[in-house]
Amino acid sequence: MTLYELLAEPFIEFAFMRRALAACFALALGCGPVGVLLVLRRMSLMGDAMSHAVLPGAALGFLISGLSLWAMSLGGFIAGVLVALLAGATSRATNQQEDSSFAAFYLMALASGVLLVSLRGGNVDLMHVLFGTILAVDDAGLLLVASISSASLLTLAVLYRPLIVECFDPGFLRAVGGGGAIVHLIFLVLVVVNLVGGFQSLGTLMAVGLMMLPAAAAKFWAEQVWTMAGVAALIAFVAGWSGLLMSFHFNLPSGPSIILTAGAAYLASMALGPVGSLRARWLPGRHLEA
Amino acid sequence: MNLRFTSAALAMGAAMLVCVPAFADPVKVTASFSILADMTKRIGGDDVAVTALVGPDGDAHVYQPTPADAKAVAGAQLVVVNGLGFEGWLDRLVKSSGYKGPVTVATKGVKPLKGADSHEHNHKEGHDHGAADPHAWQSVANAQIYAENILAGLTAAAPDKADAFKARHAAYRADLAALDAEIKAALAPIPQKERKVVTTHDAFAYFGKAYGVTFLSATGVSTESEASAGDVAKLIRQIKKEKVKAVFVENISDPRLVQRIAEETGAALGPAVYSDALAASGDASTYVGMMRQNAKAFAAALTPKS
Repeated sequence: MTLYELLAEPFIEFAFMRRALAACFALALGCGPVGVLLVLRRMSLMGDAMSHAVLPGAALGFLISGLSLWAMSLGGFIAGVLVALLAGATSRATNQQEDSSFAAFYLMALASGVLLVSLRGGNVDLMHVLFGTILAVDDAGLLLVASISSASLLTLAVLYRPLIVECFDPGFLRAVGGGGAIVHLIFLVLVVVNLVGGFQSLGTLMAVGLMMLPAAAAKFWAEQVWTMAGVAALIAFVAGWSGLLMSFHFNLPSGPSIILTAGAAYLASMALGPVGSLRARWLPGRHLEA
Repeated sequence: MNLRFTSAALAMGAAMLVCVPAFADPVKVTASFSILADMTKRIGGDDVAVTALVGPDGDAHVYQPTPADAKAVAGAQLVVVNGLGFEGWLDRLVKSSGYKGPVTVATKGVKPLKGADSHEHNHKEGHDHGAADPHAWQSVANAQIYAENILAGLTAAAPDKADAFKARHAAYRADLAALDAEIKAALAPIPQKERKVVTTHDAFAYFGKAYGVTFLSATGVSTESEASAGDVAKLIRQIKKEKVKAVFVENISDPRLVQRIAEETGAALGPAVYSDALAASGDASTYVGMMRQNAKAFAAALTPKS
């Protein structure tokens, strides 16, 4: 098997592979930077919580208008933002930490999602219906992910400075009256939007993996936020590409292949990356010893 | 998540089961899914009250039982199941509900077909059906065996109504025989080598064997497995090479993948067909109507347009 057959031919022969790759690319561009900010804010696990929070909305969208991409995305978006708002408001209005209020609200959302789906009586598998599969991305799905990542990148560019200030010193913007709450809220909306896009295209709850794993890996490669975001997007894209190839050549389900490839990238980065990795810590450069 | 939820539901179900079933006049029968329920209704008539655990348009492969289901099982005088590993969740449900009565296995005596071989690598988690393909009702000859088994189960559960059951079974048997002939007639004009169809999961092997249609599937034998890019690619190549004319979506599965495959290969997207569950209303809400509608859909899609 030549390198061409191995790496490029599947995408040239099959339109569905090209679409999947394009969807991965769009997802990588949006999810990479958002994931990096989540990692920097120590909110890595929040992605997971939010991924469960969109469930009732997507389910409601499904119940109202069937398998409609827009209804399910909109429903998921509203549910996710609602959970984020409630959790954020609770932690700001009471003395509860944000992580516990997030846990409380996402669990309620998840339970109502499961309840909603069971209420319908029919038992089309929840996960297969509410979340698409990347092999079946259609024009509308591609458009959705592409718009989401474009909008995310533009928003991030506009809000870059306040977002990073919020990351490192959440009290500062509040102290100088710089609208920290608004920035935080917009950021949460970005997280939800990217997750919704991920579910509709990549499918399964693992979509959050494409947001968090590359971002966590990128921390071992770069020290500046923008380079970190770039590395994360690159890793996410390579993971999507090689994951699809693995799914193609070895007959593995596509979603898990992509996420596991991203996981492998994380492990490799943890071991070998130049910043704070195992190698950097235990095998420091020789010039330090002399 | 499936598992966690199921066990929670089972525990709740067990806790709620304090009532002892009351023996009312009609025989209370609980069937595992809609097709068995319909057959039992045809044979039992007004002498039985049938509950289906997985209702119309539901997917029995991945079903999560509720406490109400445990109650329905515990309160039943007869439980009718498909067998061949179709309802993996049912054994536990029967056990946890405390049901001690008879269980009729509808596929008893059916010659099982092997599950699809080309997709076995997808099933590594052990939820799949094992060796045998459970969708035996897709051949009307097997449905006759189902009807016999259900008749025997009902007669044993309510011997005093045996004559009524027998009379209805005779009528049903005639209906099934007519249906079998009808399906064969519908497909007869289509040349053997053009009878190729793609569906979303391997539910039609028995139909294919009985009526000479080749079914290719987009995912493996169970709706639980996620499709791999390699499988989809293989299917697309096969559709193009063998010039498959039509692609069908089942009422219980996700149509998106099949739609994409249809678009990429240029095969026609047929109307919904019914594999593992009846429709909630309309023609396909009975077993006979469902089989007739499927046969019509396949025949229409395969008939050359002139």
